[in-house]
Amino acid sequence: MTTNTQANTEGNTQVPAARQRPAPPPADNSRPAARTRSTRLLATLFLAPTIVGIVIFTVVPIVGSVVLSLFHWNVIDDPSFAGTANYREVFADSTVLVSFRNTLVFMALAVALQLLIALALALAVNGRMPMWLRSVFRSAFFFPLVLSAASISVVMKYLFNQDFGVVNWLLGLIGIAPVPWLTSENGAMAAVILVYVWQQFGFSFLLFVGGLNNIPKEIHEAASLDGATGLRKHLAVTLPLLSPTLLVASVVGIINALQVFEQPYVLTNGGPGDSTRTVVMVIYETAFEQLRFGPASAVGVLLFVLIMAVTALQFRLSRRFVHYQ
Amino acid sequence: MNLSRARHSLAPWARIAGLAVCALLTLGPVIWTVSTSLRTPAESFDLPPKIIPTHPTTESYRGVFDQIDVWLVALNSTLVTALIAVGQMITAGLAGYAFARLEFRFKKPLFGLVLATMMVPLQVTIVPVFLVLKSMGLTDTLLGLIIPAFPTAFGTFLMRQYFLGMPKDLGEAAMLDGCGPWRIFRSVYAPLAAPGLAIVGVLAFNYHWNEFFRPLILETSGQNYTLPLGLVSLQGNLGTGSISVVLAGVVLSMIPAVAVFVVGQRPLREGITSAGVNR
Repeated sequence: MTTNTQANTEGNTQVPAARQRPAPPPADNSRPAARTRSTRLLATLFLAPTIVGIVIFTVVPIVGSVVLSLFHWNVIDDPSFAGTANYREVFADSTVLVSFRNTLVFMALAVALQLLIALALALAVNGRMPMWLRSVFRSAFFFPLVLSAASISVVMKYLFNQDFGVVNWLLGLIGIAPVPWLTSENGAMAAVILVYVWQQFGFSFLLFVGGLNNIPKEIHEAASLDGATGLRKHLAVTLPLLSPTLLVASVVGIINALQVFEQPYVLTNGGPGDSTRTVVMVIYETAFEQLRFGPASAVGVLLFVLIMAVTALQFRLSRRFVHYQ
Repeated sequence: MNLSRARHSLAPWARIAGLAVCALLTLGPVIWTVSTSLRTPAESFDLPPKIIPTHPTTESYRGVFDQIDVWLVALNSTLVTALIAVGQMITAGLAGYAFARLEFRFKKPLFGLVLATMMVPLQVTIVPVFLVLKSMGLTDTLLGLIIPAFPTAFGTFLMRQYFLGMPKDLGEAAMLDGCGPWRIFRSVYAPLAAPGLAIVGVLAFNYHWNEFFRPLILETSGQNYTLPLGLVSLQGNLGTGSISVVLAGVVLSMIPAVAVFVVGQRPLREGITSAGVNR
């Protein structure tokens, strides 16, 4: 906070001074020093809102999360040091363990499905077709991204209803018996994954379309001349060239999937049982419904470690598989 | 030769038909939402769904206004989203410019700090953030949603790249004309920054208009609800009774997002593809 007020008072004196400068040109050898000083003051002023905000609302909370995870605290009583007690409590809590398992299962299936759909559609859109048609498809696939995950999950809850939902009606048309989407464990997980992928695949799709545009046309032509066509051409030529984009899409996809909250919260509220309860739902419930800030922070720290570990692993693996041109 | 040509002339139609089916599946839920919101509640569950309502009615929209204070909730959402968007354009514009065009001590570590925070998910820090806001007396206020969202690591990064892309000669020429650092920013570079700022603003609008997690935690009294929160609670109140009312609410809340999609699709697309970790 002190940095902020300091920056403001500096600013009040500095800005008019800078404005006046052009009028009377000061002595030559004093100018560079004055300019450096005023540049620094301007930089301080310009950076203050961002840096102060980031420190208060990101840096302090990260440290705070770790500290809180080491204390017993329920808001009412004074905090007391807990050592690793919160972590031991969390690891002994079957709901927490199940939530990590659910989140990992969700992440694996959702990201795989999202990348697969996005890649197939990007390759298809990249083929020959009228310009206007291409932009219609591109807009359509991108559209779900601008909607609210919470509101769209409200809609999807009706569509996935076992008895009167449109999804089961459509499946009935091709002879599939009604699926208990939201009332069975596997069905609920499948519904959460499908709703999430429906909204998110457009993001990977846009990345892939951009990546495909960056592949020089000559490479494709050369491959065609060598007799490569269709799927084989894509597997042998396009995919390796697209691998940097694949890496970005999968890293971002995984980071986002590990934080899934709105879809299970609205669609199933974690049920039936704990079958769709995710890590972020557990953080929310532990902290803000049960007011157990210590264990909630411990789960948060574990999630953060998990995200970092998965990302690091991915970059490591990618050194072997990603080809840069 | 003949064979490959035959394959080429057949495949495009199959490919385009497949794409059309996928596009229909993608837009289907939205089309169904709009059409059901215009049907009478009695027709809500009709299968096959009547995409074109036989008796179009706006009854459900009146229903939304009866059930929740739509004006208040929409006003809250507008206020929060607009102030965050403007705030982010200001903070990201200024900080991005400083990182791109000003020389000062600790520039590298400070920029590293900004980049590092892009990796930190909000959900991990939400407990301490909540406690910080509580100590400031900002829980259950709109300001509690707005102020923490002002600094934007991604927006700062994006604006830095944007300013770096502008010709350096412009500033040097202005400096030779005797302009101080503030004048160079104000009269030379800032006027060129509008397209970059548009990306930051549109992204902020899209994200915060739809935001659910922070409002759910911070806003406990109905008078501070934003639209997504109001809609989820509307569904809770009504059970499955009058789904057309809930869907009418969803449609109302989509209108601004769709408007931005139509008007600002280009900056939105550029922003989302370069954003990566923005969420």
